[in-house]
Amino acid sequence: MKSHTLSVLVSNRPGVLARVASLFSRRGFNIESLTVGPTLDPDISRMTVVVQVESALALEQIVKQLAKLIEVFKIIELDSSSVDREMMLIKVHAPEQHRSAIIDVVRLFRAHAVDVGSDSMTVEVTGSVDKLRALVELLLPYGIIETATSGHVALIRGARSITDKKRPALVKRS
Amino acid sequence: MEANDNPVMTGAQALIASLEHAGVEVIFGVPGGAILPVYDPLYDSKIRHILVRHEQGAGHAAEGYAQTSGKVGVCMATSGPGATNLVTAIADAFLDSVPIVAITGQVASTSIGTDAFQEADIRGITFPITKHNFLVTRAEDIPTAVKEAFHIASTGRPGPVLVDVTKDAMLGTAPFVWPKQIELPGYKPTTHPHVRQIKEAAKVIEDADRPVLYIGGGVIKAKAAAELAELVEATGIPVVQTLMAQGAFPSSHPLNLGMPGMHGTVAAVGALQRADLLIAIGTRFDDRVTGKLASFAPNAKVIHADVDPAEIGKNRFVDVPIVGDAKPVLADLAKAVSPEKMRDLSGWIHYLEGLKSRYPVGWEADTQGKLSPQQVIKRLGEIVGPDAIYITGVGQHQMWATHFLPHERAGRWASSGGAGTMGFCVPACMGAKVANPDSVVWGIDGDGCFQMTNQEITTCSLNDIPIKIAIMNNNVLGMVRQWQTLFYDQRYSATNLFTDRLPDFPKLAEAMGAHAIRVTKPEEIDAAINEAMSINDRPVVIEFQVMKDAMVWPMVAAGTSNDEIKIARDLAPQWNEEEWV
Repeated sequence: MKSHTLSVLVSNRPGVLARVASLFSRRGFNIESLTVGPTLDPDISRMTVVVQVESALALEQIVKQLAKLIEVFKIIELDSSSVDREMMLIKVHAPEQHRSAIIDVVRLFRAHAVDVGSDSMTVEVTGSVDKLRALVELLLPYGIIETATSGHVALIRGARSITDKKRPALVKRS
Repeated sequence: MEANDNPVMTGAQALIASLEHAGVEVIFGVPGGAILPVYDPLYDSKIRHILVRHEQGAGHAAEGYAQTSGKVGVCMATSGPGATNLVTAIADAFLDSVPIVAITGQVASTSIGTDAFQEADIRGITFPITKHNFLVTRAEDIPTAVKEAFHIASTGRPGPVLVDVTKDAMLGTAPFVWPKQIELPGYKPTTHPHVRQIKEAAKVIEDADRPVLYIGGGVIKAKAAAELAELVEATGIPVVQTLMAQGAFPSSHPLNLGMPGMHGTVAAVGALQRADLLIAIGTRFDDRVTGKLASFAPNAKVIHADVDPAEIGKNRFVDVPIVGDAKPVLADLAKAVSPEKMRDLSGWIHYLEGLKSRYPVGWEADTQGKLSPQQVIKRLGEIVGPDAIYITGVGQHQMWATHFLPHERAGRWASSGGAGTMGFCVPACMGAKVANPDSVVWGIDGDGCFQMTNQEITTCSLNDIPIKIAIMNNNVLGMVRQWQTLFYDQRYSATNLFTDRLPDFPKLAEAMGAHAIRVTKPEEIDAAINEAMSINDRPVVIEFQVMKDAMVWPMVAAGTSNDEIKIARDLAPQWNEEEWV
């Protein structure tokens, strides 16, 4: 199984997420992560979908089936050179005697403490999956109370964009 | 035009006006609470509404109408159970790419999500079985949704589209504007094939020693029978056509090898397995055609043309993919292929002719004091002729109808292929007859199928829709029983319908206003069919009492290779491959 990241422009209308999710479920495609949010154009949302596939043919089938949805406008695959981030909130057990040690670790990861209580601290960290995993590993000994993860968001590196004419969509035709 | 110049209408009026603008002539439907506002303006409309007895019938009628007219079929139902009763027909249309538009009423937008009376999320329910669907909550959005629905249903790869309209959208008012244009930036089907792909395909065809045209329902949908005939005449390449493609190429033509697949002819299956090139047009390498995929057409290169790019490479690796509508694809191929550059196909054709003549689809003689169902269907085709429209249910009778009826013209055949929906026949006949009032419409149905939707005979009687139904009554769910015979040690679990006892089909048919005939002896077959042909003022139902042990042969057992085809139990054909060398 190999992960691939698809960036998908869709109509910003109610029900589009359900339609995409229904397609993945019905066709038996594995979603690792799916995020959706508005773009600068209020009519268009952007989905970042990380899928796991066995073969290039399976990926092609996912892209083609997605492209058939009327409310899907454009699909590109982002390669490994793209900027790919996840955000995670980690609530860690942080009594006074451990607080400074935790803050040191958090700083090392360029993460932030966004909420501090007498006995706990919530840390916000952004980065690659590996980076998030590494931070979790280091905080585990202190006692992680709960976490929340955003799913991937990703963009092509450099000046090009998904709407760039020079970068043809995978299957949506002109 | 300014909006002010447009008449203010209720959403319900706008919906009917939109359907009129879309060219709708007939709607099959059942009213109910949520859709009720629409039925008021419908009362004054020139659109014919046919009140069916069950919404599933409305859906299949819309399919029968669409498949025999090339137009979009329309069905209508209320919210909740009305809408969910359409689901089977919508799924059927989705798998067979039939252009229908389903209009459903929905509870008021303010009540959505509250489990209101007769509320069902029909848009969510039909996500996976529609080409697209809409939930319309404002009166002013209705015309655009309707126009888009008809456009999406009928273009590219056709399919069902559902428009769910809330009651408050029907009751609200807005100036009526029929949009001049619609904007669907995410929907631009490629219909014209790429020149480079056509050239490449032509080259591959010219280099092939054993080519076969593998024709699917897309050729019927694209109205490309003439283009197909032109290509075959120019190249002499033999044709196999799927269940959905019957009529695309005349069944009487010497180069027509018949249907491929699980119950395909030896010639069609043998041709695909031995071909060095498949030219697949408007077809989708369905498991019922390919058998075990890994051993399907093992030596063949594949040219695959389809208007839906997602079908290309879905099941089988493709050497020359062509995205496009079957009509221009076939026309362009006929122009691009130079017959004089082609290899000599005479040995190949001679070999296939040998298979065809050695292994015609046969039948057992009548025994058990019952009729042979194959003989009945063959005789029916001979007496009625190729100009009639033939429609089937699902099961053994469907396979025999495919093999034994004269399929000479496109658009004269409808059957439930992908979904295999029992109960398709009677309502689909109704839709076909409404679309083609001057044609004879014959349904070949089973006793199991007939009992699922026969109530629409009443609809036909009351609405002057004189269809003709031939029930092959073998007292059992025949196809399922055949599998039990072959693979479940003759343990006939739950396949006996006891239709030798109940119902009394002629009485049932007469109670629904049809003329009814019962046939029990071979010498009565012709007279009964001729009697049915002479009656045109009401539906006719003939019950043929046929033997329950008749089996559909040839057969490729599910999940096995096409090479394992049997022409009778434990009897494989002799391939005599040395004949083509």
